Amino acid sequence: MMKIKLKIFRYNPEVDRKPHYETYQVDAEPTDRVLDLLEYVKSYHDGTLSFRRSCAHGVCGSDAIRVNGRNYLACKVLVQDLHSSKITVEPILGMRVIKDMIVDMEPFFENYRSVMPFFVNNDPPPSEERIQAPEQRARFDDTTKCILCAACTSSCPSFWANDRYVGPAAIVNAHRFIFDSRDQAASERLQILSDQFGVYRCHTIFNCTVACPREIQITQAIGEVKMAIATGKVSYEVKGEVKESVSNF
Amino acid sequence: MRKHQFDVVVVGAGGAGLMAALYASRSANTAVISKLYPTRSHTGAAQGGVGAALGNIEEDHPEWHTFDTVKGSDYLGDQDAIEFMCSEAVQAVYELEHMGLPFSRTPEGKIAQRPFGGHTNNLTKKPVPRACYAADRTGHMILQTLYQQCIKNKVNFFDEFQVFDLLMVNGSVSGVVAMEMATGELHVFHAKAVIFATGGHGRIWEITSNAYAYTGDGVAIALRRGIPAEDMEFFQFHPTGIYRLGILITEGVRGEGGILLNDKGERFMTRYAPTVKDLASRDVVSRSMYIEMREGRGIEGRRYLNLDVRPETVNRYAAEDGRLRPDGSPFRVTGDEILSKLPDIVDFCRTYLGVDPVTQPMPVQPTAHYAMGGIPTNRFGEVVIDEKNTVLQGFYAAGEVACVSVHGANRLGTNSLLDLIVFGKHAGLNAAEYARGASFQSLPDDAVEFTQQQLETLLSSTGDEKAADIAREMKTVMFEDVGVFRTEEGMTHALQVVRELKERFRHIHLDDRGKIFNTNLVQAWELGNLLDLAEVTTVSALARQESRGGHARQDFSKRDDVNWLKHTLAWLKPGSVELVYKPVVITHFEPKERVY
Repeated sequence: MMKIKLKIFRYNPEVDRKPHYETYQVDAEPTDRVLDLLEYVKSYHDGTLSFRRSCAHGVCGSDAIRVNGRNYLACKVLVQDLHSSKITVEPILGMRVIKDMIVDMEPFFENYRSVMPFFVNNDPPPSEERIQAPEQRARFDDTTKCILCAACTSSCPSFWANDRYVGPAAIVNAHRFIFDSRDQAASERLQILSDQFGVYRCHTIFNCTVACPREIQITQAIGEVKMAIATGKVSYEVKGEVKESVSNF
Repeated sequence: MRKHQFDVVVVGAGGAGLMAALYASRSANTAVISKLYPTRSHTGAAQGGVGAALGNIEEDHPEWHTFDTVKGSDYLGDQDAIEFMCSEAVQAVYELEHMGLPFSRTPEGKIAQRPFGGHTNNLTKKPVPRACYAADRTGHMILQTLYQQCIKNKVNFFDEFQVFDLLMVNGSVSGVVAMEMATGELHVFHAKAVIFATGGHGRIWEITSNAYAYTGDGVAIALRRGIPAEDMEFFQFHPTGIYRLGILITEGVRGEGGILLNDKGERFMTRYAPTVKDLASRDVVSRSMYIEMREGRGIEGRRYLNLDVRPETVNRYAAEDGRLRPDGSPFRVTGDEILSKLPDIVDFCRTYLGVDPVTQPMPVQPTAHYAMGGIPTNRFGEVVIDEKNTVLQGFYAAGEVACVSVHGANRLGTNSLLDLIVFGKHAGLNAAEYARGASFQSLPDDAVEFTQQQLETLLSSTGDEKAADIAREMKTVMFEDVGVFRTEEGMTHALQVVRELKERFRHIHLDDRGKIFNTNLVQAWELGNLLDLAEVTTVSALARQESRGGHARQDFSKRDDVNWLKHTLAWLKPGSVELVYKPVVITHFEPKERVY
């Protein structure tokens, strides 16, 4: 058991004129998740403490928060990972705080929706599956892992500077389709992302890559999208030659 | 209070809800109401695969899938519904692929498939690769793909709206009442048809793979409106949850050659299921693990066993079993292959246990995983409310909340994702079809009264009971006494405890009396749902004096087809639960003894 000083950002718009911090003393096992500590505070100190959570093991993306100044999923960071008995918990940045850890996710999802994050293939489908080689499937594997937690976007200084920037999460989700050999709308997506609020807002700061709880190589994915825009070409194979090109935008 | 009107309202935005919404919205004005953002739904946690007899690796047939599912259900599944599901499966999986779902691929570029518990070649009785998978995140891919398609098709979403009540007028459903979490405001959704796709209720138990959100809202709401719950005594304990945390370790680990070992290093499943061993169906494996632990062969005498997928272990036992690859070469794996087929499992173990499954065994114990029971429906997704299968007009259910019943007493792995896509689709199509021919029923004058009454009771309580204490005591007693093994004595005790907890629940203390994101209030209401479902589960289980599938009684250790080949229907009454039974639909497969 460890004694933890848990400092939590608090803001309840029905009560507080402005945000403040509260500190709670909690006993914790080194292997406890920070989410467990929040649950404990809500259960036994203050039931008004508000935060989102669901799966509690890093796959649903509900509980992105800032812990000791860095973005994590509350359910995927353990007390022992933080190497400190002082833990400060705050909402993710760049989004309007509604209450405590709960931020307004609507602008984030609006950015996501703006990049056509869905499969497009207007040919009549075959009677069985479309064929895709394992290497073609591997080409976009990394970006299929995104859980839309916003840990990346809310850690990005370019997004903090201008929240009209679509942000890393939206680009990751565009990448997932742009590099899918079965998809037919790469050029439309590249067109959208070549806009002034698209990929060129990324200054390769790498905060997103560090923050991603799914370990997606986000900065690299953004780089590949930039390259596709610059060259007008999308390579569908990892090592092989360019299979198809996109030049009509 | 605000009012909305839609032809079809879908409650819940996991696999079943989104599939229903996609299909209903093609011809009907449709809205989806979800307490979570859709991509947070628990479908996303499903790992190993979706079952369909594509035959991409080895010969397979929907008829084999049907028989395996009937056998897996311990003959309690309705065979007309199972035949329907397994024959629709192949097309449903192709359809997901056509929507862009990124399945893993065979060297020829087809959808990859792996073996899973209880799925067999019906001639050789050996495991057959039937689980269509995308690494170990198949559910994530299904959820994302369906949500993406909903965006493409401009489906209406009401995200972070908590539904509290189902409205009924003149014996038909006429809508639901929900709270917008961001404002605390109540909304009435007036609808011709309502589809419940609200998921399961594993949070009743102490060790569970289920999300916090899995609080049985759909079944509880229906029970309060006089609709019965079917087969609630059948709840699946998945053999491999991470020790103490309950986080799921997919059966795909064993499909890829992983082995369960006891403290003596024995592969104990050879004693319980000589033919398919570690790939017996889940109820069989969980019981075997309990017996091992009870007889002192848990690791270091504790309540867990080892799941070992280290390449040397996999290769040793694959050689012993004579397992071959499709091309006839011996089955051999490397650490890199394990990592590429099970990346999330490796990540979970590293994160939460500090264990690397490529070099160390994983400590596992059975974890409460899946509700076979739920709101009774027929194979069209229509809710049926009595032993004569009378349809409640305008009300549909699909996915884990529903009991069709395709899973009977025990669900086979990969059949939950299949259930979602097949019955989600058909519930959506049928609800839209119904809405086309129906007119709006008038709303009751007091539409929000029952909701307000429930919330007001919680908010005005002056007691000092803590929700967390009540929840903990419920979970402990349910895991101990209404878990993998059950006795009359244990369940009688559990029922008494649950009823005491329900009484204490009336004196619960809420700190938050506000409007905006009052999760304190909503979570208390969810606990009330869990308590009601714990009571219904326990009463249903106490009455069933036999062992079948997930319901294993030490005092009635045999299956009893003469007296108990029937479904339970349970009605929740003030202070009691009323039980009635209805027959199982049998088409081709007469019940026989179930051996693996």
